[in-house]
Amino acid sequence: MENQTSYAYDIIQVCLLAGKVMLQNGGETYRVEDTMTRIADAYGAAQSNSYVTPTGIIFSIEGPEPSKTQLIRISDRTTDLDKVTKVNSISRRISSGDLSIQDAYNELDRLDKMTERYTFPKQLIAAAVASGCFLIMFEGQWNDFVPAVIAGGGGFFSVTLFNRLVPIKFFSEFLASFIIGLFAVLFVTLGFGEQLDKIIIGSVMPLVPGLLITNAVRDLMAGHLISGLSKGAEAFLTAFAIGAGIALVVSFL
Amino acid sequence: MTFIAQILTSFVASAAFGLLFNAPKSSLIKGGFVGMCGWMIYYVMEASGIDVVIATVTASFFIAVISQVFAKMYRTPVIIFSVAGIIPLVPGGLAYDAMRNFVQNDYNSAINLAAKAFMISGSIAVGLVFSEVINQIIRHSTLTRHQKQ
Repeated sequence: MENQTSYAYDIIQVCLLAGKVMLQNGGETYRVEDTMTRIADAYGAAQSNSYVTPTGIIFSIEGPEPSKTQLIRISDRTTDLDKVTKVNSISRRISSGDLSIQDAYNELDRLDKMTERYTFPKQLIAAAVASGCFLIMFEGQWNDFVPAVIAGGGGFFSVTLFNRLVPIKFFSEFLASFIIGLFAVLFVTLGFGEQLDKIIIGSVMPLVPGLLITNAVRDLMAGHLISGLSKGAEAFLTAFAIGAGIALVVSFL
Repeated sequence: MTFIAQILTSFVASAAFGLLFNAPKSSLIKGGFVGMCGWMIYYVMEASGIDVVIATVTASFFIAVISQVFAKMYRTPVIIFSVAGIIPLVPGGLAYDAMRNFVQNDYNSAINLAAKAFMISGSIAVGLVFSEVINQIIRHSTLTRHQKQ
């Protein structure tokens, strides 16, 4: 009896850790639920329920003895598709019976603590080049390419810097878009750039919560009403921060 | 000339976004390809006078289909390819315009633009969900056929 209970809690631990790593790194709500149910199923808990929101997961396993429930809190969210892929492959291995509970927990734990990202200069270059490319895609002129690259790179640099200094996402996005606006106005007044609006839109793109907006609508349609609404709120706050930062520059200069 | 520029820039932008989202190295080029296909569908449709919402639904539908094919081929989650592909379609410019009008007290045009941005992001999601539903129907029908045999 005692043994069985602790086994059920072990299953819950593995499921919650897998769900947490996925959700923190940008996995979709339905995928998180699906993964947790599959893992529980593979370890012999056929009846499980999960409740996934962007800020926490509740997971319970039903059985002959009283059902067990645990909760995990999710405080910060980023997008790291590499980790999502790795959790996915771990869950595949669990389903095919290759991993014991202890091994699975250890691997997920190591994955959770690992930070294997592209180096910051690479990310900076990617953000800067993407800004320039968006300018062209939105029918800007090639003359404005370099200003957009510099403004976009500056914006990305400052959002990362401020994120380290201030833990409030809203504030760092506000400051970053303020800096983008400053760069754009500066370039246009100095005569390096021509279309202020296009430069700003292009360089703001790496900050825009496009993924969040789309995921929010998708969650709403899939019936995950709470996560849809809260992702929408997060997206709205970010969009507001960006708009306010730009507006501050445009209306005072 | 503009056509080639659009192809190149949409490819680079999508791949760069894949890098920002920390997608695995091997999937960057594929993500760029998905984004390029989606953006070219959208661009051609919009240039030939079709409504933006319809162009967005079609483009995001095809992005999701290509991503699902890739996901099956390389045994990875769909999100890796679709995220980078969708980014060019996202109405970031519209959302920015709307926000700018809001803070400049021009509420009428702000609401107009915001509604349009919401419609477009909704249509991206519709395109994605639609292709997912079709994928599930196909998978379901092949499963039941296997069970019957």
